[in-house]
Amino acid sequence: MQDNLRKLRSIVNDATLNPAQKARYLSLEAENLLPYPSLDAETRQALDERVICDMYEGHAPHKPRYVLPDYGVVLQQGSEYLELPVPATLDEAINTLMIAYHHVPSVTGMPVYIGQLDELLLPFCAGVSDDELYDKIRLFWRYLDRTLPDAFMHANIGPSDNRVARTILRVDAELRQIAPNLTLLYDPQTSGDEILAMAGRNIAECCKPHIANHVVHADAFDERGYGIVSCYNVLPLAGGASTLTRVNLKEVARRAGSEAEFFATTLPHFLELNFRLTQARIDYLFDESGFFDSFLVQEGWIDKNRFTAMFGVFAMAEAVNVLQDKEGREGRYGFDETANALGHRISAAIADAVRERPLDKVWRGRALLHSQAGLSDDSEATPGVRIPYGTEPDPVTHVQALAPHHQYYEAGISEILTVDESVTNNPEALVQLCKGAFASGFREFTVNVASNDLVRVTGYMVRLSDIRKFREKQGSRTNTTVLGAEAAEQTGILDRKPRVVGNELYPGYGQ
Amino acid sequence: MNSIRATVSKVLTYSIVDGPGNRLVVFLQGCNFDCSACHNPHTIGECNHCGDCIPACHADALSLVDGRIAFDAAACDQCDDCLDACPIDANPMVRDYTVEEILALAREHRPFLSGVTVSGGEPTRQLKFVVALFEAIKADEALHGLDCFIDSNGNLGASGWEHLLPVTDGVMLDIKSFDNALHRELTGKGNVKSLQSARLLNEAGKLYELRFLLVPGQTDGDAEMDRLIDFVRTLGGEVRVRLNAFQHHGVRPKALEWEPMSKAGVGRAAARLRDAGIRNVVEPAVYV
Repeated sequence: MQDNLRKLRSIVNDATLNPAQKARYLSLEAENLLPYPSLDAETRQALDERVICDMYEGHAPHKPRYVLPDYGVVLQQGSEYLELPVPATLDEAINTLMIAYHHVPSVTGMPVYIGQLDELLLPFCAGVSDDELYDKIRLFWRYLDRTLPDAFMHANIGPSDNRVARTILRVDAELRQIAPNLTLLYDPQTSGDEILAMAGRNIAECCKPHIANHVVHADAFDERGYGIVSCYNVLPLAGGASTLTRVNLKEVARRAGSEAEFFATTLPHFLELNFRLTQARIDYLFDESGFFDSFLVQEGWIDKNRFTAMFGVFAMAEAVNVLQDKEGREGRYGFDETANALGHRISAAIADAVRERPLDKVWRGRALLHSQAGLSDDSEATPGVRIPYGTEPDPVTHVQALAPHHQYYEAGISEILTVDESVTNNPEALVQLCKGAFASGFREFTVNVASNDLVRVTGYMVRLSDIRKFREKQGSRTNTTVLGAEAAEQTGILDRKPRVVGNELYPGYGQ
Repeated sequence: MNSIRATVSKVLTYSIVDGPGNRLVVFLQGCNFDCSACHNPHTIGECNHCGDCIPACHADALSLVDGRIAFDAAACDQCDDCLDACPIDANPMVRDYTVEEILALAREHRPFLSGVTVSGGEPTRQLKFVVALFEAIKADEALHGLDCFIDSNGNLGASGWEHLLPVTDGVMLDIKSFDNALHRELTGKGNVKSLQSARLLNEAGKLYELRFLLVPGQTDGDAEMDRLIDFVRTLGGEVRVRLNAFQHHGVRPKALEWEPMSKAGVGRAAARLRDAGIRNVVEPAVYV
């Protein structure tokens, strides 16, 4: 108990956290005083050894990890619970959304999905001039970044080319905010080249938007649709994901004697344990927490039958290299055909297992496979199926090496392609790379332009200048010898933890 | 026609700095200028099979076979020591490509490509190959939509361009100096042909970009800037002007004594052009 109290005290007294950040970490610590949902011994051990992982979501799942409300419902019907009439004007529609966002829970307490914004707002735009639309979107965007400062909060636009989508792209490039994150759904048939070109120019400007292969995603979901949220998770609209659990493939590979053993027993064993972990957490959420009695369900914003289970994998690169070593082969993941092919085979085997394993209280009765992009404390474990940072080949070779994985990861997969800043003089190149990536089977296209202040880390946006500030602060904190009055004064607003952070990445205090 | 060969220094299937979009770039060996500021001087000369590079190769990738240099690409570890050993700025690692071989590469990477650029060296020296390559690209169904660009020093007469232009979509043309004597000093040749080429290409609507290399104290002075502005005006003032900054990377000893061009200096030159009403001015994004 003493340890727990000390931890609570250090959260309360941490000068780098604002009150809301403290409240969130305190609530997580409180939740974790409760016993974990019942697990069998094998599953428990694999979780303790972090071969499988619950993303440190907390001991008592009382809200789904990702909630994707159909905001069209509240815009068309208003809300009895929130005492909101049906909006009639663009101002009323935006105001309704601004209120709605504060009632959408997620793992971080902030909404990860703020809607297919062009589709939602277009019906209210008749008679609104371009200048008015620009002003309103600009204020809306500022509001989002300042009141919901989470880099995982995600807006979607497209696949049609329309004035709301264009205005959002214009405002997003001008303001260069971390939040919201932004995805353009792209369909070569309906989007056209112009909005893709505009997106290319925006990426050169601020590394946003992220572009989603709408044709492939639409095919994996149903008529009610899907949304891209958080760190490129693709989930059913009017539903979401109850849980995200993940398997550390490197740890699995280390526990296998050979490649053959890996495929025959080790991998299937740990996949099964991760299924059990997933089911235990979902059972608690559905059977104990009372979440689905919420007005969100009653008013039809979400449907409890539309929540999937995200089955995540990561550290594919290390897993392949471990198995290559065990087999006495030199080729490395991302660069060698045999190593790459082994990776593709692992993805295919996992996808088969996910397809064959029924889960209860899950959309369509099966989990959805996800290439999981990491937590802040992952070390020597590359996100998802990515090639380790700093060793990536040129973007085209990069895409060609990883494209065969993409068919399997319906709940999202993303590679971050690094392009040097020469591309700011030639954004057409980004458009062409995107087309090439999609033609090769990529589900998502994400680029970091080297040297931009606004960059993606594992998929969420950060400002390098913010990080620099925070690092400098941390450096001075560990240097405990001269924490005098002067230093304390400098612990002012400027040196606080970045106001806008990726909350999911820091699942608990000190992590 | 597709069996026509060219001497190729390098082929890239990913380039974002050699024309619009992502491009397949074929660097053809050999140049008719001899610029001190050249950042890849090993593309200038043509191998005379003297064999001086062979002892420099620690990987034993070079040998003389029947009096000609033979290069074993599989043994090479790209240390480039042979380039330093070459007394005539040539490259023993060049290889011949047929048109068909370039087409195959382009087909393989087609979804990622906006077009194909021939660069160098000076690509127009291997004019027959370039014409054959561009004709073949335009005739190939799988390569439909790729545009064909040339990166040239402009040292080519009107009859040469007559052959090229029907199959060429755009040219990036370098002007090294507007002063004929200075041009001669910088490149070994006069600038008359290059300026004529710029006018000819502009009239044909195929001058994609006029490039100008800023070397401090040599080509960034008032006189050069004024003549650049005048020249762009005579072309109609709308052409895209790319200002390049002289840097030390790759250049030969003589040019290492020159001062590299600063970002601020390029900024001043660009501002001057813009103030003179030239709207489409591009500055380098990266300084190395």
